[in-house]
Formats: sequence, structure tokens, C-alpha cells
Amino acid sequence: MIDFALTRAYNPAHASQLASKAETAQQGAQVRYVAGGTTLIDLMKLDVETPQRVVDINRLGLAGTEKQPDGTLRIGAMVRNADLAHDSVVMQDYPVLSQALLSGASAQLRNMATTGGNLLQRTRCSYFRDLTFPECNKRTPGSGCSAIGGHNRTHAILGGSEHCIATHPSDMAVAMMALDARIHILGVQGERDVPISEFYLLPGSTPHLENILKPGDLITYVTLPAPAPGARSVYLKLRDRASYEFALASAAVVIQAEGGHIRRARVALGGVGTRPWRSPEAEQALTGKPVSEPVFRAAADAALRHAQPHRDNAFKAELAKRCLVRALTTVTA
Amino acid sequence: MATVTNPPAAGSPASIIGASVPRVDGPLKTTGTAKYSSDYNFPNLAYAVPVCSTISKGKIRHLDTTAAEKMRGVLRIYSNGKVPRLYRPIPDSRDAHVDEQRPPFEDEKIYYSGQYVAVVVAETAEQARAAAHAVKVDYETEKPNVSLDLSDGFTPKMKEESKRGDVDAAFSSAPVKVDETYVTPIETHNPIELHASVATWDGRRYVLYETTQSLMNHQAAMAQMLGVPREDVQVVMKFLGSGFGGKLWPWPHAVLAASAARDLNRPVKLVVDRHMMFTNVGHRPRTQQRVRLGAMPDGKLTCLEHGYASDSSMLDDVGENCGEATPYLYSTPNLRVRSAVVDRNLGTPTAMRGPGAVPGLFALESAMDELAIKLKMDSVQLRLLNEPAMDESNGKPFSSRHMKECLTTGAEKFGWAKRTPEVGSMRSGDLTLGWGVAACSWVAGTLDCKATLSLNDDGSARIACATQDIGTGTYTIFAQVVHAKTGIPLDRIDVVLGNTSLPPGPLSGGSLVTGSVLPAISRAADAAIAQMLAIAAAANDVPFEHHKPEELAFTEGRVHLKSEPASSGVPFGVILKKANLRSADGDGSSASSFTDPAMSKYSFHSYGAQFAEVEWDAGIARLRVSRVVSVIDVGKIINQKPARNQVEGAVVMGVGMGLFEETIYDQRNGHPVNNNLADYIMTTSADCPEIDVIFLDYPDKALNEYGARGVGEIGLAGIAPAIANAVYHATGVRVRELPIRIETLLNAEKRPPTRQA
Repeated sequence: MIDFALTRAYNPAHASQLASKAETAQQGAQVRYVAGGTTLIDLMKLDVETPQRVVDINRLGLAGTEKQPDGTLRIGAMVRNADLAHDSVVMQDYPVLSQALLSGASAQLRNMATTGGNLLQRTRCSYFRDLTFPECNKRTPGSGCSAIGGHNRTHAILGGSEHCIATHPSDMAVAMMALDARIHILGVQGERDVPISEFYLLPGSTPHLENILKPGDLITYVTLPAPAPGARSVYLKLRDRASYEFALASAAVVIQAEGGHIRRARVALGGVGTRPWRSPEAEQALTGKPVSEPVFRAAADAALRHAQPHRDNAFKAELAKRCLVRALTTVTA
Repeated sequence: MATVTNPPAAGSPASIIGASVPRVDGPLKTTGTAKYSSDYNFPNLAYAVPVCSTISKGKIRHLDTTAAEKMRGVLRIYSNGKVPRLYRPIPDSRDAHVDEQRPPFEDEKIYYSGQYVAVVVAETAEQARAAAHAVKVDYETEKPNVSLDLSDGFTPKMKEESKRGDVDAAFSSAPVKVDETYVTPIETHNPIELHASVATWDGRRYVLYETTQSLMNHQAAMAQMLGVPREDVQVVMKFLGSGFGGKLWPWPHAVLAASAARDLNRPVKLVVDRHMMFTNVGHRPRTQQRVRLGAMPDGKLTCLEHGYASDSSMLDDVGENCGEATPYLYSTPNLRVRSAVVDRNLGTPTAMRGPGAVPGLFALESAMDELAIKLKMDSVQLRLLNEPAMDESNGKPFSSRHMKECLTTGAEKFGWAKRTPEVGSMRSGDLTLGWGVAACSWVAGTLDCKATLSLNDDGSARIACATQDIGTGTYTIFAQVVHAKTGIPLDRIDVVLGNTSLPPGPLSGGSLVTGSVLPAISRAADAAIAQMLAIAAAANDVPFEHHKPEELAFTEGRVHLKSEPASSGVPFGVILKKANLRSADGDGSSASSFTDPAMSKYSFHSYGAQFAEVEWDAGIARLRVSRVVSVIDVGKIINQKPARNQVEGAVVMGVGMGLFEETIYDQRNGHPVNNNLADYIMTTSADCPEIDVIFLDYPDKALNEYGARGVGEIGLAGIAPAIANAVYHATGVRVRELPIRIETLLNAEKRPPTRQA
């Protein structure tokens, strides 16, 4: 860890102004916000992140969850994962989100981790986190990728490139993908909001750029649309052990079914993609179709059609398919 | 279970032996007041942080400390050629064992990833860490060998560990055969307490606060490596946050801290971080084991061959004795056990809970299950049928062996009779159940031990011994025996362990402590009481004035005439006060069973049978261990509570060995990629099965007067094979390489499960 300055921000505009001095808001940012610190502090100890200034945003407010007049749910960026998971509205209207949150990390980490921070959670790729391996395009653009050709059991099979196959680790973001969340950002030009499906970038040839945030951008809220009538949702996470482990494959599904047919489907996968993986292919394969195992299987095949396995993770495609089939079976039972 | 002859009266002091006694050190631990080694702080303390090699093979071309030396708070940076003289431990020294023999910085060569290449000492831990990161090392890199295939060990030069009959002939003519290879991975010890050293030097003597399972060995080894007389090294460790074998022997960081303390004339603290825990303080080595079994159609074994290789470092040949239990576990006329060690660019391996037998029994007990399936015979029956009458490796009688009862009692408790043998034939709701069994065994014996008991004039007692409590309950065992012998209440007994200035005691390894210390404590108590009676006989103004010591008795803290009830007596403290004596002392000792000729006529071991149930959800390839029954024959149980705790903990660890744990090294540079607690998967509470532990409780009086063997390791020895056997029963997939991973079951599940014929 290198020396850095710690500044406490007292309102969102102040935080944004402090962060706007950085040249990038992506890997290697000279200014970083710290909320729960569950990713950032780790990476600073590992010398993966070396900000000169850290802006403490824990006093900004933004820590409430509020039902809006239009039926949407507004979640402050500083709402802790544990609080959000146990929020009564979330538990009732968005069970997929509550389940996703509770499947992540440990109780201690969930008590610290925040909504905004979790959207920006960094990959668990060992090669990204360990400077012993000099080759990592995400950490040092142009240096190469150690994971391709290395131990890549936990790596992505969807959305990877020849430059990076690091998995996006968040469970929460997968659920938010399936819930059509919108992310509200305060930037130097003022406020804006984007659908979560447009928030994350694929690695391509620039894996160090992970999302659309620019210097000075601060996530202030996430909004979830009002729950569709009769919609049911579920999050299923598969991993080696029963707790405190990243997903090998996970599925978030939100389904509206009527008369034995699926009217509307939202499907997102975790643990397999370089970003939280929304699958329009699976959604299309489900929409209008009868609730049945062959349909689920066809949707799962469609979701993983373009999977690109590596040395140690070929099993993930089949595992993700089974995960999705089981999630769909459970949610429509 | 066992019927004890003349059991002590309920409520009598002697009845505390075998009772369920909460740990006497429990309140210290639950209130956070127990002082662990890295908790020691001293005025003027400096902090050391090592610099670790980022390559696994090659040499240091140039080590640049220019920038680091100029950083705030930096006191000194040590490296090859810039370090006070450090020595190797004397080879094969009986009381100074070290697994990694090379002192740090001995040469400029790199033998494994993470090897210390320098150490920075600074005023604060943060300054030392920052400067350590600023040390620049230029390496000449060679391609390391961290190959997972250990076939290079299987040569005609393998070491013969045990042999009887003619295995080759018996195998070739055996009607039923199993010939399979089993693999266990490198596992890393992950006690929550990190290894640490706090070294102090007063200009002449060291006092070292260490994380060690063996104070006396640590003292002797450190004296040799630092080049000072043994009496100038005192080692202190009051509590250990677990070791699992990884803290048995000194590791290079301890030498670095001590050497820096002397050189700087300041106390120095060095805490090994979690990444270094994966490279610099040992691990359980990888094993590759070939087992050949031959049997008659009725199930009688005709031959058993166990050949194995394990990996060690380029520096030291530390083997994993997988065949430890093989020669005596089953009756067979023909047997051969052979071993080999192969070199890899890895740190030196070391003992991990149940070294040798634990990976060895994964192979043997998996093979026995495979044989039972081939024979179409029940797996429990196969083991019962091949029960030996004596230790066939040396012709000695077993001191106390109840393997058959372990198997039959376990089968009954588990409900084994309801097992249907066809693969996938048992269900619980939507889940497939698998049931598996494995036998387990572990060495028993005693080590040299001395202890001193003082009966104090305030009515309290103090028992002292230079052994250590590594979290297993040793403090409580001492207090129990003193209470049983003297009647002094537990809260008036001061158990003093964890300091080499005390009478020398045994290491905490091999499940040997309890059996070793019991006789010494008991004899110390006898001697202290005898001295107390002599003092009492000489006392004035007592009811038994003018009586001889042999006419007196000591009952529940009172001295009285043998002919009179204890209530007529005088508390011993009162007598000591009258005599103006602080205490009556007694020394006791017990000898090693490994060198005592009187004890060489028996084969001493512990036994057990472990039954596991797995739940298999084929739809999502989810496997969970749901239930484990362990029946354990470890002689007399001295304290039920921590003994049960040991087996329960071992079961939890066994689930990890079976399903999760493996240290993975990048094959290109030899660096571990899952070197932290998030990526190295161990059992969590959510993974814990329902655990049932049954102790047979047959005293092994040939070993010591209480009949107690040790219980720390055996509980791990049958879990992984029991799980693997259960997994086969549930899925039809025979997994011969641990851990049992989702992908192995997922891929194989596509094949229709069939019974092996």
C-alpha cells in the first residue's frame, strides 16, 4: 500500500468535485471513493489500486430505500447490502435481489458493502489481484493475460476476449440486470441515469475500462421499476461450498406466467460472464412459450450458445444451463 | 460401551477423569484476554516484514534496496551476504527437528515461490511493509518444476517400508483384483492464527515468543541455527490459535526475527501474512498412490500393495508416509509398502493433521470399497472378514484394538442395514443419497515428560510442564489429573505450561500429549503428597502428632490418619503455614514408549470407523455431506468435551479434504493462485454435516495407567474415503483424485451410472 490522502466528502457535489480531478475513473484512478471498502481496501493492500486520494463518501446520506410515487423503488448508493437484503419491500417485491444479496460474501462483508460499491465490485481473478503475475491487461493495459493459459476454473465463458476473461463477481448486479434497474449518476455535467444493461462494458481490447463512469461521476441511486403484476423471481447460485464463495454459475430470473405460458421473462446469469450477463436469447426463447422443461432447456441452450470455454472451466456452460433450468423450474412451480 | 471396573464414586475427585469438563482456559479465550504470541509488545519494538521471491527457480541477479533504505522508519534490510551468520540445524538431531533446513539468505538461489529474499525491519509494521514493497529484485529465471504428475517417483529405487510374503505372485494369481491409482492434492494449513515471532534479546539471552507446537524442540533448533548455547534461548507460548502440524517445527521467519533482534539490540516482531502462509511454512504434500489388492471370491485378502510418491522441495526430502497404517490394518499374507519422494520447486512440506495415514487411508479405504463392489460384498463385512488377530507386520499383539466393534457399532448407529447397494438407489425427497464407510487408524504412544506439582500454603496447587496447549484442551487435562489426585478444586489449580524454563514436556503432535503427560502428572502428585505427608508427620499441634508419614493419608486436600475419616484431618495449607513452608513439591516423569523396551512388545494404535451420507442433487450437480457417524477407539477418554470436539473438528476438516481443499500452483511460474482464505476453499459452518461421535472408551492400560491414547488426528483419517465411497454409491462416479469437484461429477453424470462388475 502506498501513501494516500484521505478526504471526507460532505455532500455528493463535493465528492464529485474531488473525484473530477482524476484522469480516469477506471483501473488506476488517481482518486477513489471509499464506501464500505470491501473491494478497494483489499486492492490497495495488494498494490493493485494505488489512488493518491481516497474520498470517504460515508457521510453523504444516500442511505435510504424509498418507494416512489410512480411505484419504482429508489435505493440509495450507500444502502448496505445487509440492509437492502432485509428491506421489507425488497423481500416482498424483489425476492431475487434479496436472495442474490444474501448469497454473496459473508454477513460481516454484507454489513459493510454498499449498493453503489457492489455495482463496482472488482473481479476475483487471481492474476488481476496478484502482482507476482506481471501480465494482466486489466491492471496494466497491453501486458497480456495470465488467466488465458493459466488456472482459469473460475473465469468467464461469456463476453471474454483474447485480452481478458475475468469474471464479474457480483451477485447483486446479476439480480439488478434481471430487474431492469437504472443507475443514477451525478457527474460534473449534472445528473443522468442509464439502464444497468448499458452500464457495464465488455473487455474487448480495453479490459481496464469496466463501465461508463468518467472522472467525477458518483453513483447516487439505483431505481427498480415497479414489480410487474404477478411476476415471480428467484436467484440460484451454484458453487463448491454452501457459503462465502463466488458463483461458479448463478441465475436470476423474473417471470410472468399466465395460463401455463410465459408472458414476460427476464434472465441474467452470474459467475460466467465478464459482466453481469443479461441473456436476451434466453428471454426470447421463453417468451410466449409453455411452462415446461424442454422450453427451459432450450432457453438455457440459447443463453450459453456462444460460450467460450477455457482449459479449466468448460464445465461452467453445462452448470450454468442446469442452474438456469432449475431456477426457471422453481420460479414457475 | 466398555465397563469400567471399580468406577470412582460419583462426585469423588477421581470421577473427574472421563467426565465432561469445560476448558479451564475457556473464559480467557471467550473474553479475549488470552495472550497469543503476536500479542506480545515491548518498549522499543521494531517490526520485520519479509520480501518474497516472485519466481520459483533461478537466482537473484541483483537486489536493490536503495529506495527502500531511504524510506521513513527503516532500520535495516537483511539479505544474502548482508545478514549475521545463521547456521543449519545439526542433521538428524533427535531433539532439534527442522523441516526446512536451509537458513534464510544462505545463498542467492531461489528454490520456491515466496522464498524470503530479504527482510525489512522498521519502526512500525506499516513502514516495514511499505519498504518491503519497495525492494527491487532482479532475477535470473528458470522454468520451475511444479508438475502434478508424480510418476517420476515410481522407479525401482522406491524405498521398501514394509514387506511380507510375495505380493507379485499373489496378485497375479488373485481371483479378484483391484489395481488403481489415487491422488491427494497439496493442502495448506490455514489456522486462523498466523505464524508469528516476537524476539527479544538482552545482550546475552533470547526470550522468543513463538507460535509453536513444540517449545522444547523450538528452543533446541533455534539455539543451533542462531549459534548460541541452548540455555540462552527461552521460548514462551501461552496459547496457540491452532497449528494442525504446521507449527510443529521452526520456519525461517523465526530465525530472521531472532537474528534481527540481536543485531539491532531491539525486540523484533514478525508476523507471517496469509500469502506467506501458503509458501513459507509448509503444507501437506501432494501424493500419488497405487494400491493393488488381491482377494479370494469369499473376500479374504491375499495381497495388499501400497506404493506412493509425495512431493518435497528442492531443499529437503520430507516424505508423506502414506503407508503408515497399511501394514497392520488388515490381515493378509502378502504385503509390500514402498515409498518415494520427488523434488519440486515448492516450499518444504511438513506434517498436517494425521500426516501419512490420512492421505494413505484415502487410497486404501477407497480401494477396499472398490474391492467390496467387485466382490458384491458389503463394505463393512469385507473389513470385518479381514480383521487381523495381531500386527502382522511385526508379529506383536495389539495393546488394545476394537476395530470390529467400531464397524458394527457404527453400522448400527448409522442405520447401515438399510443401505441398498445399487448406485443411486437411495433417495430422500428429490435428492439421491449415498452412504459410504471407511476404517481409520492412527499411531499411539507416549513421549518423555517431566512435570512438577507444588501444593501451596494457601491451599492452591501449581502444576508446571514445558509442553503447550495448542487449543486442544491440554491445560484442562493437567487440572483434571491434579484434581483427581489431590481433591483441590479446579479453580485453585494453576496450570503453568508454555515456557521452556519449566520441566521439559512433549511436543503437541502425533496425538501424543495426553497419553504422555498423564503419568508424569500423576507421579508428580504422588511425590508432592508424599512430601506433604512427611512434612505433616513432623508438624506439631495436629491431631496426628507423633505419627509416621506412612500412617497418614491425603484425601481431598486434608491430611489425616489413615484410621480416621478425612473430615478429622487438617487442610494441607494449614500444615504448611505452621511449618513456614511455601509449598510441598513433587516431580514426576514418564518415558517415551518409542524407546522403552518394556513397551516394545505391543503394537499401539488407535482405531475407528466412519460412516458418511452425501446428498446428491443431480439436476444442479450439488453435493453436500449430510451426516457423519464416527466410532472411535482411542482408549480411555480423559475429558469427553474436548475429545468430542477434536473428532467433530476433524470431521469438518475432512469434508474440506474430501470436497474443497487444494492449493493450486500456476504451472508456468510455480506461484500459488488461491493463496488466501476466499479462494482456498475450506468448510464453512453451512457445509457442516450432522455429526455423531461415539467413543468406545476401552482403557489401554499397556500404554499408561489411565489407559488413554490420543484423539487429535484419528477423526480425520476416514472422512475423505467415506465421502468418496458415498459419492460412488450416490452417483456411480468413482473419484480417485481429491478434492471431489463439481466438474468431475457433472461430466461423468452424463454416462448412465452402472455398477462396476
